[in-house]
Amino acid sequence: MITPEEIKATLAKSLPVSLVETQDLTGGGDHWQLIIVSPAFEGKGLLEQHRLVNEALKAPMEDQRIHALALKTFSPAQWEKLGG
Amino acid sequence: MADAVLDKIDEKVKNNKVMLYMKGTPDFPQCGFSAHTVEILKSYGFPFASEDVLADPVVRDGIKRYSNWPTIPQIYIDGKFVGGCDILHELHERGELEPILKSAFAK
Repeated sequence: MITPEEIKATLAKSLPVSLVETQDLTGGGDHWQLIIVSPAFEGKGLLEQHRLVNEALKAPMEDQRIHALALKTFSPAQWEKLGG
Repeated sequence: MADAVLDKIDEKVKNNKVMLYMKGTPDFPQCGFSAHTVEILKSYGFPFASEDVLADPVVRDGIKRYSNWPTIPQIYIDGKFVGGCDILHELHERGELEPILKSAFAK
């Protein structure tokens, strides 16, 4: 189990993020959907973007504080186009 | 690759246009993410091969090392790792999956 604050703090340690939205999918605090906007995603494909997030959240995923993670990642330009 | 399981995975990935590592089977998926992935792939009508990682813990661990990707399902098209359920879903929504599949099967 992990809190939204812990997720945000852990991400921010290794990834410059301009927006993180968290949604607890089951109410159990271990299945999360994250929307992340980061300038580090600029010019990268989805696979690379998700790899950056997986790497940043490696510790809580390995010790199972995060059991499942659904990701939506955007560069600031992509996010702006969506009206974010 | 000094590791037998990685060689076995590599062979399957290279010998199938679409190779899916999942929990359960396409007819009886054992996880919501695997089920959704199968649903997307089936919607295009191209054949795909799959392996149930729950049937073999060595494969379950090996596939994560093979791609350096922490979760299952994992989808490989034309020998290349595409991603997991989220990425496949996103490519499907953006209309980018069909061209990838078509070009794989056109070869």
